[in-house]
Amino acid sequence: MKPASFDYVRAESFDEALEVLHQEGTDASILAGGQTLIPLLNMRMARPRVVVDIMRLPGLGRIDSDGETIRVGAAVRQSELERHAPLASSQPLLAAALPWVGHAQTRNRGTVCGSVAYADPSAELPLVLVALGGDVELCSRRGSRRVAAETFFTGIMSTDRNDDELIEAVRFPAARPGAGYAFREIGRRHGDFAIVACAAVVDARAARLAVGGVADRPVARALPLPGDPGLDDALNAFAWELDARDDLHASAAYRRQLVRRLGRKTLEEAGRCRA
Amino acid sequence: MPRLSAAAPHRVSFTLNGRAVSGQAEPRMLLSDFLRHVLGATGTHVGCEHGICGACTIQIEGVPARACLTLAVQAEGADIRTVEGLAPAPDRLSPLQNAFRENYGLQCGFCTPGILMSLDALLRDRPDAAEPEIREFLSGHLCRCTGYASIVKAALAAARERREERRHA
Repeated sequence: MKPASFDYVRAESFDEALEVLHQEGTDASILAGGQTLIPLLNMRMARPRVVVDIMRLPGLGRIDSDGETIRVGAAVRQSELERHAPLASSQPLLAAALPWVGHAQTRNRGTVCGSVAYADPSAELPLVLVALGGDVELCSRRGSRRVAAETFFTGIMSTDRNDDELIEAVRFPAARPGAGYAFREIGRRHGDFAIVACAAVVDARAARLAVGGVADRPVARALPLPGDPGLDDALNAFAWELDARDDLHASAAYRRQLVRRLGRKTLEEAGRCRA
Repeated sequence: MPRLSAAAPHRVSFTLNGRAVSGQAEPRMLLSDFLRHVLGATGTHVGCEHGICGACTIQIEGVPARACLTLAVQAEGADIRTVEGLAPAPDRLSPLQNAFRENYGLQCGFCTPGILMSLDALLRDRPDAAEPEIREFLSGHLCRCTGYASIVKAALAAARERREERRHA
């Protein structure tokens, strides 16, 4: 339960951090808040040769809202975004999901981008990013690119990020007028990863539900509006499509049932919350 | 760019309970081990070492965080507070510690330092915290002795006392 040895780089500039990632590739791990990486190091599930601490890089600690997008820099801690005053109106789905991320004590250190980077299939922030159709800003010595959330997450704890790339920010679309948002989660204990988590976006014409904790990544679908007689059948089809598996936390059948019931409740709540 | 090599110890300096401290740490050394084994501050307890149990909770820059999920080298220059910093004098308990004593808020005491550091921050930021808020905050800690009821009682008593004090201050 102690990490294997590694070099530690306290990067002071972007170029320095990107140079180490370029040189070391898969042998380097990026350290921000450390709430996922350090458990992996302690359990020796990760054994990097070098750990690059990016928390002292200038400019990564910003939350920028322009009315259309909330851009969260790589050094922004989950608790900082949680306390970001306009969030409840600028993106209520993000505000509703953040208290479910770990515990207050881990949100004080863990970063928003770190949670997206590790792509745990049960994690809340990747789910919200997919539900909203946000994207991820990546940079490397080769240049910058932006990847849509739905293509960024590629499987259990795997993403489209290349070894030499740093997540510079994630971008959550701001709330749209006329749309309602809701988040619900079932877990064994508060603060545990979700057995099933649902995030819904509903407006006058369309409903979208994203589900986490079932498939190997968060998955979003367009569904009939709440109240539509076809909704239950569509939810059932969605539940089967996610290819739920039995594990020690819950059976596949229980997970499918949660998608049907929790999914409907979350869509209904989002419908009621329409601004 | 400072690159600290894996094999060598490096000097780490920060403020611990208001005093400047420093010691030698390899990059892989956890802050929990640095506090206990290098600085001798054994009040911070180590349970699970993956962030679940909460026993090692300390305050980093004023907010509760896991010492076992922090490298000592990350704490360079930081303001760190541990359970040793709570009591105002060697022979006096803080009001929160005293409330734990009065309300049987501990039995074996292993989880207590972490819980105290979390509640100290919660009651400082939200002196009106009610039971649901306190329970939510305690969800980041495991206690296998008390069943939590006496811990919640102690926290509520400490919150009450803090509000009383403000009224008379």
